[in-house]
Amino acid sequence: MILTIARKELRSLFGTPSTWLILGMLQFIFALFFLARLDAFIQLQPQLAQLINAPGATSAVAAPLFSSAALIMMMLIPVFTMRLIAEERRNQTMTLLMSSPVSNWEIVLGKFTGLMLFLVPVTLSCVLIVLTLAAGTQLDIGLILANALGLMLLCASYAALGMYVSALTLQPAIAAIGALAISFGLMLVDISTEEHDASWRALTPTHHFQNFNIGLLNSGDMVFFLLFCGFFLVLTIRQLHNNRMYGQ
Amino acid sequence: MSVTAPITLAAHNLVRCFGRNEAIRGVSLQLRQGEVLGLLGQNGAGKSTTLQMLAGTLLPQSGQIEICGFDLTRHPRMAKAKIGFVPERVPVYQDMKVDDFLMFAARLRRMPPTRIMDALAETKYRCSLQDSGKKIIGTLSKGYQQRIGIAQAIIHQPEVIILDEPTVSLDPSQIRDIRALIRELGSLYSVILSTHLLDEVESICDRAEILHHGRLVYGSTSAQMQQYGLNQPGFILTLLSPPALPELQSVAGVQQVDQLSATQFRILHAHDSNPGAALLELAAKKGWLAEPLVPLRSALEDVFMQITQTGKS
Repeated sequence: MILTIARKELRSLFGTPSTWLILGMLQFIFALFFLARLDAFIQLQPQLAQLINAPGATSAVAAPLFSSAALIMMMLIPVFTMRLIAEERRNQTMTLLMSSPVSNWEIVLGKFTGLMLFLVPVTLSCVLIVLTLAAGTQLDIGLILANALGLMLLCASYAALGMYVSALTLQPAIAAIGALAISFGLMLVDISTEEHDASWRALTPTHHFQNFNIGLLNSGDMVFFLLFCGFFLVLTIRQLHNNRMYGQ
Repeated sequence: MSVTAPITLAAHNLVRCFGRNEAIRGVSLQLRQGEVLGLLGQNGAGKSTTLQMLAGTLLPQSGQIEICGFDLTRHPRMAKAKIGFVPERVPVYQDMKVDDFLMFAARLRRMPPTRIMDALAETKYRCSLQDSGKKIIGTLSKGYQQRIGIAQAIIHQPEVIILDEPTVSLDPSQIRDIRALIRELGSLYSVILSTHLLDEVESICDRAEILHHGRLVYGSTSAQMQQYGLNQPGFILTLLSPPALPELQSVAGVQQVDQLSATQFRILHAHDSNPGAALLELAAKKGWLAEPLVPLRSALEDVFMQITQTGKS
């Protein structure tokens, strides 16, 4: 049942022209960042060569690319999550799901899975761009994989958060702005907290992505992302139940 | 429909509030297989709320709903598989193709994949959608979308079909088609529909319940409902070359004659004697040029007004 809903979500995502447009633009932006970093790296290479333990191509080009991809995805994912529930409720198509023999958690997980099936290839496209470096140099595959995993977990967190906000309102635009505001707020918390005050920072997805970005696989970070996703998915399920309770 | 047909839907003492406003106050309903029940009521009487509760999209604050013996709150999966719900705004995805949408609806209702293709063909045939399978729903007219809405509700062959104002905002020919379809469905499944159109009840429902301020105030077969409020039987007699009034009054069995227009008379008679035949015979003899008799029945509208007015007091 989860797969049925996920497949339908994926289909309706690819059924709208704006999705293709955004995907195209995204590739363009990724490529632009990548080439800019590569250019800078090539220019700096003679100086880097004089350093002991100089950063390689992977950490000088790939890691910053993933870092900016994380920022772009933060801004982009609300555009996809806003439709998930808010639009269905506004168009009254949610009634179809609600009156079917499908439970709330199946609806929520189905929609989440559908969106993730869409976001994983987006992340992978970033990896593919980086892999083109293999033509000219040796790559630090571990660092790339850590980054890819981190980016996927980060996307999943933003997707879960965005879906929850989408369940709170009938207006897709408000859902998008709300989700963006919360993720941006979390990023600001990460940036603005002082070094010794780690407790606030520990709550932000961007902070935990940092470790992945430098190639550090920490089980604590992974648990954080899973908890973050789980928390918002459970909240979404609760919200759907409330909609049934208090009317659409 | 017979009285021995199994009960497919039973709602007991449903209560639902929205904030302080008590929208539904103790509604109980029963529906048998092969029966079409019309839920009548003014706007805001609680028709949609009741149907939403029956379909499981809104939880009642108290009361029970059983669909084919399964409690809707305790075994929602079993109960909902037997429901087809068409809300007031049909739940169709505008950007999907008709076939894809109907197959999605069938899968959502947990139909075995092997049966879906047959069910799809049959449902499309029944809703006259055979030629629209590849079309995008958003490009179709309101009447077609309504049919797709009904198609998604019957593709899994449910026992109970719940329709919320199925003919609202359709043109007359579409209304006729949809009503014929509902009538057809009513012979196979149980159908409950809400409407504020009284002729709809008259033409398709076996039974009607009137909902007023969240309570059921009257329930009866629609034929009986038309007799409601009539104290004395009678008919309308049309005579193209009418005689004087006393001449009609003198016919045996006639209790009262009122002249409605130059050629029309309302004749009231006792319950046990009907002077219709005698009158027609006399008219033929005297050359009054009689037209067929029209029995008096109160317009459903009057009945409805009468009941809702008494419901208020």
